[in-house]
Amino acid sequence: METIAIPAINLAPIMPEIILSCIAMLLLLVNVFVPSESKGYLGVLSLVGLVATAASVVSGWGQPVAAFGGAVQLDNFAVFFKLIFICSAALAILISDKYVVREEINHGELYPLILFATVGMMLMACGMDLMVIFLGLEVLSISLYVLAGFNRGSLKSNEAGLKYFLLGAFSTGFLLYGMALTYGATGSTKIGNIAGFVATNPQVATNSLFVVGMLLIAVGFSFKTAAAPFHMWTPDVYEGAPTPITAFMSAGPKAAAFAAFIRVMIVAFPTLKHDWTDLLWILAVLTMTVGNIIALSQDNIKRMLAYSSIAHAGYALVGFTACNPEGVAGILFYMLSYTFMNIGAFAVIVLIGKKGEANGNVQDFAGLGQKRPLLAAILCVFLFSLAGIPPTAGFVGKFYLFSAAIKSGYIWLAIIGVLNSAASVYYYLRVMVYMYFKPSEEDFDWVGMTPAIAVCLLLCVATTLVLGVVPGTVLELAQKAVQF
Amino acid sequence: MESIFFLIVAAVAVLSSILVVTCKNPINSALSLVMTFFCLATLYVTLDAPFMAVTQVMVYAGAIMVLIVFVIMLLNIRVEAVKRGSHAVFAGGAIGLFLLFQTVWFLGRGTLSGATGTMDRAQVVKVGHIELIGKALFTDFLLPFEITSILLLAAIVGAVILAKRKI
Repeated sequence: METIAIPAINLAPIMPEIILSCIAMLLLLVNVFVPSESKGYLGVLSLVGLVATAASVVSGWGQPVAAFGGAVQLDNFAVFFKLIFICSAALAILISDKYVVREEINHGELYPLILFATVGMMLMACGMDLMVIFLGLEVLSISLYVLAGFNRGSLKSNEAGLKYFLLGAFSTGFLLYGMALTYGATGSTKIGNIAGFVATNPQVATNSLFVVGMLLIAVGFSFKTAAAPFHMWTPDVYEGAPTPITAFMSAGPKAAAFAAFIRVMIVAFPTLKHDWTDLLWILAVLTMTVGNIIALSQDNIKRMLAYSSIAHAGYALVGFTACNPEGVAGILFYMLSYTFMNIGAFAVIVLIGKKGEANGNVQDFAGLGQKRPLLAAILCVFLFSLAGIPPTAGFVGKFYLFSAAIKSGYIWLAIIGVLNSAASVYYYLRVMVYMYFKPSEEDFDWVGMTPAIAVCLLLCVATTLVLGVVPGTVLELAQKAVQF
Repeated sequence: MESIFFLIVAAVAVLSSILVVTCKNPINSALSLVMTFFCLATLYVTLDAPFMAVTQVMVYAGAIMVLIVFVIMLLNIRVEAVKRGSHAVFAGGAIGLFLLFQTVWFLGRGTLSGATGTMDRAQVVKVGHIELIGKALFTDFLLPFEITSILLLAAIVGAVILAKRKI
């Protein structure tokens, strides 16, 4: 019987995950002793945990450190994405305090589940081993399935949870099959080793196992980014899930899927680059067009934002197709700004909503501009940003994504993207038309601000405008993050 | 000889997994699933992975299937002929077949070789299968092994949230 030599363990690169997991488990314990009317304190505690995690993430900037035999690597790319995830989790927690009380789903488990989902996302961003990425995705997905069905009394929420679970499990199968085939073709699950194998054995590019593995991995990640034609789950899940969770789902997990997608494709499959950029070209065009065209006919605002989030995944795919440092930096910047502008828009929807998801239609926003001018103006900022109108973050993000595409020679892709962006203005402006030019039937008396939502709105508006007016610093950071 | 055995087992596995989806009675589906699991376990044995085979039988064909059958019986699911739109089935089937042929054509065109590692049959027999898995779990796959605990915790919390009568 030989003894197993345990390799040297460096916990520094996964310190953020460790801190956040411990906080989540602590919350589960504390939750037992907290009476149901003061569950809000759990939210405060989880915010403290997220801030501590952010501090530990930031310390990883600059010097890439790998650990566990190259299974994880905390580099600038991972740090940037992890900060996006932490922001999205924190903003989602800020807007849920009022919502959970109103919908009578004030269970303390909400916060640990959001934190576990964040741990999963962070593992996806720093994973350099297909197994770590897969398990991170599973931690994220399992938490999200539950969160989507968190409103147990609501039929729509149940439907959202079940639908997401069934389709998500199905797509996980594709992803895992792709990883298995890639492992079979290259003999390793570590992305670094796969890259090494591909460099020394270029003929692997003609190996069907390898190619099919790459394709199946692309399918799995496309599902999570909600790219057409793998987007079918998005509208139903986004509509049925509790609104703060929808906000969280549209920002964080999408960014996480992009993080893992980008890293796997660029590092592990460089020899197939021409093949997968062709594939991404088609995916990007389909995703943008399908998302925008169907969004035009939506009356329910959560469904509309769901289709708009599909379209935004398409814009990010444009940058991915370009596959140059500018494009990937553009995706980082876009995901950051999308997190703030989209969660901001959802925060306003949370405020406007009544118990049982009433007021989910565009018509219910009629007269908001007269009755609640400040709130309407704030929503306008987010909608302008989502539509990509200067001086907001959305404009700058789209500008960088499309210019990266042109730089790589994808002129037509950029043109299709701009046309799509122009079409999207219709359905964003439609909300504004209802807010300002339609007579009000409601008095909006029930709309009451809480400190948490006020902080969230303030943060979102400030970030959306600051990133739109002076994007230089953050863009520089994003460019520094694109070194694998 | 070995490839003939593989083909037989694989054919049974594919057939029984098709039965899982097509059977109208859920109990029949569940039993077909057991059959699929057994065929997979057999394939693991031929791949010199006895531990995997035993785990497959004990965990999937044993524990999980018992659970599934129990749930089916407790819920007393009535056998209902699900009405299906014939157009949708036809269109879906046609697209599926087309994609299948495309995949087979593509696979037949390229090479299908895997990278061979250091673990061959002699090595597995010499060291032992369980020892090799244990060693891999505590060295190369230490972090994934630990992440699984978080995954299971999240799943348990989720199951309690969704299923408990009063929380």
